[in-house]
Amino acid sequence: MNDEFGPYIVSLVTFVPLAGAILLTILPRRDRDIRVVAFLCSLITFGLSLHLPVRFHRGLQGFQFEIDKAWISSPNIHYHMGIDGISMWLVVLTTFLTPLCVLISWKSVHDRVKEFFILLLVLETALIGVFTSLDLFLFYFFWEATLIPMALLIGVFGHERKVYAAVKFFMYTMIASVFMLAAILWLYAQTGSFDFVVIRDQIAKGAVPNFPAAAQWLFLGFFLAFAVKVPLFPFHTWLPDAHVEAPTAGSVLLAGVLLKMGTYGMLRFNLGLFPDQSRHNAPWIVTLALIGIIYGALVAMVQPNMKKLIAYSSVSHLGFVVLGIFSFTQSGLNGAMFVMLAHGISTGGLFMLAGILHDRRHTYEIAEFGGLASPMPVYAVSYLFIVLASVGLPLLNGFVGEFLVLNGAFQAKPIYGILGATGVIWSACYLLWMFQRVFYGKVTNPVNNGMADMRGFEKAAVWPCAVAALVMGVAPILWLAAIDPAVHDALAPLAQTMSKVVMQ
Amino acid sequence: MTILPAILLQAIPQTEDYIRILPELVLAIFGIAIMLLDPLVDEEKSQKALGLVAFVGTIVALLSTWFMAQSPGMAFSNTIRIDSFSVFFNFLVIAIAAVVILSSFEYMAVQKIRAGEYYALILFGVVGMSLMSSAIELVLIFIGLEISSISTYILAGFRRNEASSSESSLKYFLLGSFATAFFLYGVALMFGATGSTNIDIISQKIPTSSSQVLVLTALALMFVGLGFKVAAAPFHIWTPDVYEGAPAPVVGFMSTAPKAAAFAVLMRVVFAINAPGRFWFLWVAAALSMTLGNIGALVQSNVKRLLAYSSIAHAGYLLVAFAMTTPENSLTGISAAMFYTAAYAAMNVGAFAVVSHFANADEKYVTLEDYEGLGRSSPLLAAALTFFLLSLIGIPITGGFFAKFYVFSAALRANLIWLTLIGVVNSAIGAYYYLRIIVAMYMRESRKEVPVTPISFGLGLALSLSLIATLYLGILPNRVLQIAQHSAQDLIPQPSAANPSATQVPASPVVAQQ
Repeated sequence: MNDEFGPYIVSLVTFVPLAGAILLTILPRRDRDIRVVAFLCSLITFGLSLHLPVRFHRGLQGFQFEIDKAWISSPNIHYHMGIDGISMWLVVLTTFLTPLCVLISWKSVHDRVKEFFILLLVLETALIGVFTSLDLFLFYFFWEATLIPMALLIGVFGHERKVYAAVKFFMYTMIASVFMLAAILWLYAQTGSFDFVVIRDQIAKGAVPNFPAAAQWLFLGFFLAFAVKVPLFPFHTWLPDAHVEAPTAGSVLLAGVLLKMGTYGMLRFNLGLFPDQSRHNAPWIVTLALIGIIYGALVAMVQPNMKKLIAYSSVSHLGFVVLGIFSFTQSGLNGAMFVMLAHGISTGGLFMLAGILHDRRHTYEIAEFGGLASPMPVYAVSYLFIVLASVGLPLLNGFVGEFLVLNGAFQAKPIYGILGATGVIWSACYLLWMFQRVFYGKVTNPVNNGMADMRGFEKAAVWPCAVAALVMGVAPILWLAAIDPAVHDALAPLAQTMSKVVMQ
Repeated sequence: MTILPAILLQAIPQTEDYIRILPELVLAIFGIAIMLLDPLVDEEKSQKALGLVAFVGTIVALLSTWFMAQSPGMAFSNTIRIDSFSVFFNFLVIAIAAVVILSSFEYMAVQKIRAGEYYALILFGVVGMSLMSSAIELVLIFIGLEISSISTYILAGFRRNEASSSESSLKYFLLGSFATAFFLYGVALMFGATGSTNIDIISQKIPTSSSQVLVLTALALMFVGLGFKVAAAPFHIWTPDVYEGAPAPVVGFMSTAPKAAAFAVLMRVVFAINAPGRFWFLWVAAALSMTLGNIGALVQSNVKRLLAYSSIAHAGYLLVAFAMTTPENSLTGISAAMFYTAAYAAMNVGAFAVVSHFANADEKYVTLEDYEGLGRSSPLLAAALTFFLLSLIGIPITGGFFAKFYVFSAALRANLIWLTLIGVVNSAIGAYYYLRIIVAMYMRESRKEVPVTPISFGLGLALSLSLIATLYLGILPNRVLQIAQHSAQDLIPQPSAANPSATQVPASPVVAQQ
């Protein structure tokens, strides 16, 4: 549709990392070669994925770069892929973060290097697949496929309690997602199709038999799988464990992209397929999101462990996303999308920075550090920049998204906005306080005096995040131009609801 | 003078009759040949040579299955029916045997077991299973069941010096004979109720039978016998002990091939007979097997026992597909169940091939602790086992995923929402114990010396075959599913085509009137 590459570009972006992983399996175990190949491969994927925003027709409705081929005739499964303004940026976020993950793991992973990069590239394919599939079966396929490489990354390359964290992560997501599978199978049994667009239209027309009776359960089936992934309070307990034990690259992709699978799913499937149920269930979901924002922030404040602190800050930030989605306003959804991207960049950056400290000192305890600004000035400045982006300083990316979300939340119900806004204050408290304890003052622990500043490849991994944070903060319109029409589409089934809410 | 020869002529088997049992004949001939050759070659050489003969036998049998498939129809006075259903299961059990024989080469050599009887018994067992899949006469099915069971009883006790293996064999034998007796009693009662032991005739007679209680009792007894053979709860108690004691390749064999054949018989009994009053029976058996199997597996530390409980759970998933009542739902149920047996066979045979290699001499290394660090010391085998375990969990791109998927979507189409929910929750719980093996292999470092032996050619071939089959069923399930769907139509008695002599005659005037 868009040009001669048209339908194949999405498949290409999705499967180039997998091809790279297969290439790595046959390469001999020379660690340097493997790192270089993995890096090149992820860079090629990023280059290819840039094709999407460049050739994307902004302002058009529906999906673009679509490919729809029959895969299995019975059951009726199609290889149906395509993107809209929502999924496109999440794909680009994934392909942007993966090369940085390769860079940040360059020196820190030295055991089983080959396996590590194979898993990383397989994970990238699965993540991109989640965002590009438009067939529910294909979606579930990729959704489950993300589980194995991530669990292995945590379990094999993680820290002390890695096995516990990996198994907990796996079981939480697995148990939640089988309910989504049951819901998908029910929809297939009634409609005879797995195609997202077909099912959405049939539901909208009221052509699905027995739908009204089952709709609430189906909504919950999907919602549970997504809520655990986000993670929405009170399903968040796997996240701190997974993050603390995961290797740096694992944390970056986990926080940067994996969590967005949940919010993306809510936006695409809960809102898209079940608009009425979304409306009915919005009050308690928003309540949980608000609890998540405030609770996550308060717990983050008292964490002695830097990675745990960032993990809980994710719970808080993702609460904003859910709040924005279930405000059902144009501005709220735009904001939710923007927070997803901004959080991916800034939290990805924070985890990389935490990983750099861990490489040097093998600990994440905040109390171990203090006064690092004098031995590591470049590191301190980079850290400050990313922290400010995460806090939501105007002109950096965090601000735009949170502002839009709160704007939407106010439109929906002022109290949502008021409570949500406190989260912005909390996030400034815990992040800046952490920054102060780690970097300012005198060097409290003499070991830290000898710490080396950022190395070349570390700069190469972190600085692109900082640049992206700045560009997103200064020129959000570059992103929002594609997001806005897609969000408008997503809201169309809810239009009636929206006008009602606005009139109140 | 003129009538008698006609009847006699009918009773004399024709060439077609023999073609329709060609795989069984081929396997039996090869089995006998192995028995005859066994004393002639000396023990050192016999391991490989006889194994090779047995493998060639299965390959020839596979070819003859293809040949047999070209001439479908009845044989031996309507006791055997060759249609795509029976061809499917014939092919499946013989293919399982071929892969198991390949993976046994190394095991036989390491354990120093005299190989002749072993390979011959596998072939004889497969004869029985093939008969079970193509017979439509309950007595013949019973004979097939006995042939296959007796072979597996002996095979289970093949580690002669191990007490646990003898225990396994004896337990299997005693409980198994008890179960077959149940089946036989059921057949007898069914004969009493309908006056026939032919499945086609029974299915016509049941609706008009005067003694419905007798029919129900007969079906229940037959289900007990078959439930034992497929290790479905509540007839599953024997499984862990037997699987623990039996030689690992034999477990790979008996957890797949006899089960597949028993499921084929169960499909005939449930769907072809269209057994009345079966729904809650199967519902409860399915739910119980899934739950008890998975919960039992959670606490196991012996990998063979763990996989034994997992096989109970998988029998439960399979039985979900049996809980269908209407004809259309039955069609999807049958095809889902057939696909499941094939996928389960591929992944389980593969998993046990790896387990029997790791077990080493005298099967010393079969606990989870022994598996620690294997991801580092033998990465290829560990990766293969991981793949099979992921398939058993039901992760995409493996056959196990599509198998579960088809079963649950068939169940949802039949509106079995609760059974599906029990199933999906169980498969999530089940993920935990398979994961424990993966965790042990990759995420822990080895604490004791576990010898690593190189992979032999036979094992390598067996593993790659099972890998390819699992992957094929996971990526391109279309073809196998189509065959299964086609077979399902053969199995269900169609009102117009099932029995030409009985139904077509009254049907034709109606057509003429139209």
